[in-house]
Amino acid sequence: MTVNGDKVTREIEPRVLLVHFIRENLGLTGTHWGCDTSNCGTCVVLMDGQPVKSCTVLAAMADGHDIRTVEGLAVGGTLDPVQQGFMEEHGLQCGFCTPGMMLTARALLDRNPHPDDAEIRQAISGQICRCTGYATIVRSVQWAAAHPLGTDAATDDGGAGATIEEGVTA
Amino acid sequence: MTITQEHAPNPAAGDPSRPIGFGRLQRKEDPRFVRGKGNYIDDIVLPGMLHGAILRAPVAHARLVSIDTTEALAHPKVLAVITGKDLQALKLAWAPTLSADVQAVLVTDKVRFQGQEVAFVVAEDRYAARDALELIDVEYDMLPPVIDARRALDPGAPVIRDDIEGRTDNRIFDWEIGDAAETEAVFATADLVVAQEVVYPRVHPAPMETCGAVADFDPVDGRLTLYETTQAPHAHRTLYAIVAGIPEHKIRIVSPDIGGGFGNKVGIYPGYVLAVVGSIVTGKPVKWVEDRSENLMSTSFARDYIMQGEIAATKDGKILAVRTNVLADHGAFNATAQPTKNPAGFFSIFTGSYDLKAAYCKVTGVYTNKAPGGVAYACSFRVTEAVYLVERMVDILARKLEMDPAELRLKNFIKPEQFPYANKTGWVYDSGNYEPAMRLSMQMAGYDDLRREQLEKRERGELMGIGVSFFTETVGAGPRKHFDIVGLGMADGAELRVHPTGKAVVRISVQSQGQGHETTFAQIVAEELGIPPESIDVVHGDTDQTPFGLGTYGSRSTPVSGGAVALVARKVREKAKFIAAAMLETRPEDLEWEKGRWFVKGDPSVGKTIAEIAFGAHGTVALPEGIDGNLDAEVTYDPPNLTFPFGAYICVVDVDAGTGHVKVRRFIAVDDCGTRINPMIIEGQVHGGLTDGVGMALMQIIAFDEEGNCLSGSFMDYLIPTAMEVPDWETGFTVTPSPHHPIGAKGIGESATVGSPPAIVNAIVDALTPYGVTHMDMPCTPARVWEAMQGRARPPV
Amino acid sequence: MQIPAPFDYERASDVANALVLLERHGPESRIIAGGHSLLPMMKLRLARPEWLIDINDLAELDFIRREGDQLRIGALTRHTTLLESADVAELFPIIRDAEQVIADPVVRNRGTIGGSLCQADPAEDLSTVCDVLRAQAVIRGPDGERIVAMSDFHRGPYETAVAQNELLYEIRFTIHPRSGSAYEKVERRVGDWAVVAAGAAVGLSQDGTIEEAAIGLTAVGLDGTVPEAEATLRGRQPHEDLFIEAARIAAAVCHPVDDQRGPVDYKRHLADELTRRVLRRACARAAGAQEG
Repeated sequence: MTVNGDKVTREIEPRVLLVHFIRENLGLTGTHWGCDTSNCGTCVVLMDGQPVKSCTVLAAMADGHDIRTVEGLAVGGTLDPVQQGFMEEHGLQCGFCTPGMMLTARALLDRNPHPDDAEIRQAISGQICRCTGYATIVRSVQWAAAHPLGTDAATDDGGAGATIEEGVTA
Repeated sequence: MTITQEHAPNPAAGDPSRPIGFGRLQRKEDPRFVRGKGNYIDDIVLPGMLHGAILRAPVAHARLVSIDTTEALAHPKVLAVITGKDLQALKLAWAPTLSADVQAVLVTDKVRFQGQEVAFVVAEDRYAARDALELIDVEYDMLPPVIDARRALDPGAPVIRDDIEGRTDNRIFDWEIGDAAETEAVFATADLVVAQEVVYPRVHPAPMETCGAVADFDPVDGRLTLYETTQAPHAHRTLYAIVAGIPEHKIRIVSPDIGGGFGNKVGIYPGYVLAVVGSIVTGKPVKWVEDRSENLMSTSFARDYIMQGEIAATKDGKILAVRTNVLADHGAFNATAQPTKNPAGFFSIFTGSYDLKAAYCKVTGVYTNKAPGGVAYACSFRVTEAVYLVERMVDILARKLEMDPAELRLKNFIKPEQFPYANKTGWVYDSGNYEPAMRLSMQMAGYDDLRREQLEKRERGELMGIGVSFFTETVGAGPRKHFDIVGLGMADGAELRVHPTGKAVVRISVQSQGQGHETTFAQIVAEELGIPPESIDVVHGDTDQTPFGLGTYGSRSTPVSGGAVALVARKVREKAKFIAAAMLETRPEDLEWEKGRWFVKGDPSVGKTIAEIAFGAHGTVALPEGIDGNLDAEVTYDPPNLTFPFGAYICVVDVDAGTGHVKVRRFIAVDDCGTRINPMIIEGQVHGGLTDGVGMALMQIIAFDEEGNCLSGSFMDYLIPTAMEVPDWETGFTVTPSPHHPIGAKGIGESATVGSPPAIVNAIVDALTPYGVTHMDMPCTPARVWEAMQGRARPPV
Repeated sequence: MQIPAPFDYERASDVANALVLLERHGPESRIIAGGHSLLPMMKLRLARPEWLIDINDLAELDFIRREGDQLRIGALTRHTTLLESADVAELFPIIRDAEQVIADPVVRNRGTIGGSLCQADPAEDLSTVCDVLRAQAVIRGPDGERIVAMSDFHRGPYETAVAQNELLYEIRFTIHPRSGSAYEKVERRVGDWAVVAAGAAVGLSQDGTIEEAAIGLTAVGLDGTVPEAEATLRGRQPHEDLFIEAARIAAAVCHPVDDQRGPVDYKRHLADELTRRVLRRACARAAGAQEG
């Protein structure tokens, strides 16, 4: 299969799950796992551009396909706008569900560059986050939609930029 | 060499969007996480590492007759199979819990809950370890289980803990607080008394990352390095020293990046101990990571409180007293993670935010044939249960009085001038100003308009509910004289070093599970010293690298460790004054501080920045007597009191009258956590807790059948809200600093988990008013809501 | 993590090859498509096939074709494809209704209609949908092709008419003029299996009376549709009283069981409530189709 643009070939047992193949055979530990029943979406990777739950795909089934993991989101030294958006809008806390969330967001934006909030919520509804309460993830994806690759803001590589707080004050 | 160019004139003055100190700031930890470069427990790979897997009991209560490991041992990739018998020989079959009880590491005599640890396989890879579990043959002799806590104290109930000498029943403790007689006197003369059983069902924190460990025991020098998913690395080190007999200086606990904790990762689980034993036995590193079912079925659950509540009031709505009798299900072992002297945690804060004449509670803890735990899931040591009880009772009272629930609360709040306020169960609330928070939440919600809309909808037969809750948290345990865990005082250390070039490293004893410690604590140092946060490294989660302290849970990081960090920075600042004085050839008392530099009073152009002083301290400046050549300091902070964050929450729900389905339409949360260090992180903490609240209120329960089979052992049945079940949160804040905390901060980690469930349930009950519903217990699933509408609301257990 | 027991794996190159492989590897071989039903069962070691035959390369099974008065859907068509199909949305809105509530968007990227039908979980939504649409299953085996009505396809929980050496090839739906259909599900949370769900399809005559009707219920122990309720509807004008009558019959004949999702009487109530709702919507859609 192809992983993040690199052709990879390994001899494996047929029962090896794609998530284990990615993490253990390829050493790409940015893809995590959180359940065994394909309910949590922590293990989401892109397979031929579509988000899939890699705990419920056999590595053998992915042979011949194109896999993209969180390690393949940034191109060169440039972060994907989604990655930048998650930092800008506090779309992550513990960081465990984050790779899967970002990959689904990338796939969504590739199909629909200007989703509304409801479409974003729908797109990530197969993925659980225990920390953020989702609102900041929605904002992060909207940030990415507003700053597509090629614009200045999206090429800033994760510096400590910040914006002034919004919100209600007493 | 000179470094003045870099920071002169004053590094702390400048771009407000990049605060040097408090303010919204992007997190320092995020660049690694968004690249997939976090380092979680299952990412750790050591040379020669083996994999462990646990065989678990399929039944809840059974005598262990025999274990046959022959076939498993014959598996070509299996190196060891460890049973309870093996552990007995090592005196490791039982381990002390955090609540003065013991827990079986592996079953030796009998199984006490479904999912309990029976045997441990060590194999070359994780697939083989799992395969070998199927090759172990265990014979059980079934025993009748105790599942319903209400039946645990029945005469003749099977005795679960027959391992404890002299034990003849399932009672763990009886604990009471408040003045029973005084409370009874108030109740006896009150105009109005309302009683209600309120059940807070068993739930589970279920962090996205399950628990796990990698144990690496070096047989040559007897050193154990243990990578663990722990929220409390130092406390664990001490306990392992006691349990395993390994000298404490030979133990290093490393808590790597943690994929969420929520109290699930405080206790010491058998799996951790087994990884250590596996490493000792095989001489190789051993990794053990539980699967999701193991996490849900065996590690610390939360709540499971059956509360009989009573509230007394005058007929014009002055609340006089609250009284409650609680039955607490602790499972098969008393392993709650909480201060030793507080067997019911901080439940005694059930007096809430109200000025009462009297209060009393009694809590009875019992054993049942279920997984151990009870204190977890962002509960602030059971403040969740306390706030849920009082906020439900106040709502029921409001209904009885036909008063608006917000008005009733406003009428009974502790007044600002009453702080510090001593309540009737022994707490001294540090500061509070409740009415503005309540008013702000009502204004944000458009409270009166919502009530009008509700009225219109009711006339059309539509079910809309508005729920209010107001909570006071009790966090930041705490003063050593009052609070300890297994004898360890609940203080925290901090060490700060400012390097010669003015960059700094601060080492803390608490451990982030996603809360953003690396950012928040850098901001505290930045605020105190004027060093930019990006120039401050925060080290945590490694006992070899950090000072002793009790860890992160109970919202204690900012209240305790935050205090420690502020104080250690002030200590450095004070030392810097003496060094600056030497450098400027003046007296320390002639210097004045502005953020980032000491300067001569009356002549601001003459001064030294922290970076200049740091270089001077490490350089050739002639230092004054008693000042050594560095810019370092350390402290251990023993807080004088707890902190008492508070908040006002309003929830709007729509209920489908045909199906009982509840939709949370809006949620308004106004929080007051005192001084706000990073508003972005605070908002994130609140959002997460509100989502927990939706989970508990609508869908979460760890349920059992009569045989003790866990019915919620996977994410197919233990439901967690998705982005579709939660609204776009509306947050606001007030600021009432803590008078005793060095920077006035109170902590925010668990406020929303504490405050949101009652707001949601109050909203649902409010929506169901046309059906005569005055109470229903969580979880408010469509079926349970419909049952309530039929007049058949029933407890979940 | 939970891990399946060892097995052997082979990819089929086409349908004929898949049938050969099934024959060769015998009763302990299973077809795998999306894998979202089978793999979790295998991880729990409740399913332990010795051979998995992967049919994901069989592009010939992945199609949605409108031919004459039929819509033909290949067994390997993913849920996402069904959800996004304009033909499906126009002709059989019930499929779209159901697809929106089947699992979650990521699972729908992998899961297939054939997999759902062959798993035959009693709480599975597409089984009800296909029952209600009186679909036909095309099954290929060593002896060629056979066509089975949906009513004969389901043989009880987790059992279907597809024999071990056979493969579900496609599902055929007959297109009726002036027809409408709808599906509604009550779930504890998005992505959950149904507490109860109901589906209905109606065909109206020129004068607007109900000519043909089908009602199906999910997760209440019903085999096939509810002929008693359907008979009540036929030949009558759509009306709220009629929906109430039909729904009452549907609720009476189902056999829900008490479980974590709710007690029997609640589920029966839902069968009633949801049947009314889907009838209302199906008739409105049929009327809309008539006007359009």
